[in-house]
Amino acid sequence: MFFIFAAIIIVFSILTVTSRKILRAATFLLFVLVSTAGLYFLLRYNFLAAIQLTLYAGGIVVLIIFSILLTSHIGEKLPAPGWRKALPAALVAALGALMTLLVVVQHNFQGTAQNAERTDVKLIGESLLSTEKYGYALPFEVISILLLAAMIGAIILAKKRKD
Amino acid sequence: MFEGVPLTWFLVVATIMFFVGIYGFLVRKNLITMLMSIELILNSVCINFVAFNKILYPDRLEGMFFTIFIIAVAAAEASVAIAIIINIYRRLMNIDVEDMNEMKY
Repeated sequence: MFFIFAAIIIVFSILTVTSRKILRAATFLLFVLVSTAGLYFLLRYNFLAAIQLTLYAGGIVVLIIFSILLTSHIGEKLPAPGWRKALPAALVAALGALMTLLVVVQHNFQGTAQNAERTDVKLIGESLLSTEKYGYALPFEVISILLLAAMIGAIILAKKRKD
Repeated sequence: MFEGVPLTWFLVVATIMFFVGIYGFLVRKNLITMLMSIELILNSVCINFVAFNKILYPDRLEGMFFTIFIIAVAAAEASVAIAIIINIYRRLMNIDVEDMNEMKY
């Protein structure tokens, strides 16, 4: 099961950055995000997978598709990147990936032998709002202010100006 | 299922996805496709956090909360970026990065 999701993620993320039709690239991105949610389901983080499905696959991809429909001509192909631009980028990405993979494969990870924490929604909500140790009240408040600011900023930026 | 899957394979998948995102960010010229590459990068980092949390430290939930906050920041970033892109399109009728030199100097 893991290998199916991993293969989908790798193949479709490569297609996302190489596809020359922009709407198709958005659809491939949707496949990548949904199979990431599948990985979270495999790891038994059900709440997180639900967040991933609703917010990423349901929210962000729909927003991206809307803006593609507003700003691009659908049938038109994007120009292919010239090798002068593609070659250095591919070289940078390949070298970075090679270096990181070498480090990751050689390192010996050792986990704790503790029992798994239960991950029900009640526990998540309590720790998001608690101010004790391992509580996340302050980041929660900060992220709500950030979301409010982003909402106001997006409305003001996208509004039509009266000229 | 995931019991037989070591942490390294999750990290390998996330690494490949991250550098594919970097490649897309460097190569693409259209602003929306660059935004999609950024989403790929953020998503691979989320996979890393979740896999580290579940396989190495299953008694705590820190990686999961970090992932929740990353998803929230990604949503805010995408909405503001798309508002900016639509504004640019209204002025220039084009969203290629190479045409965007009005704010230089």
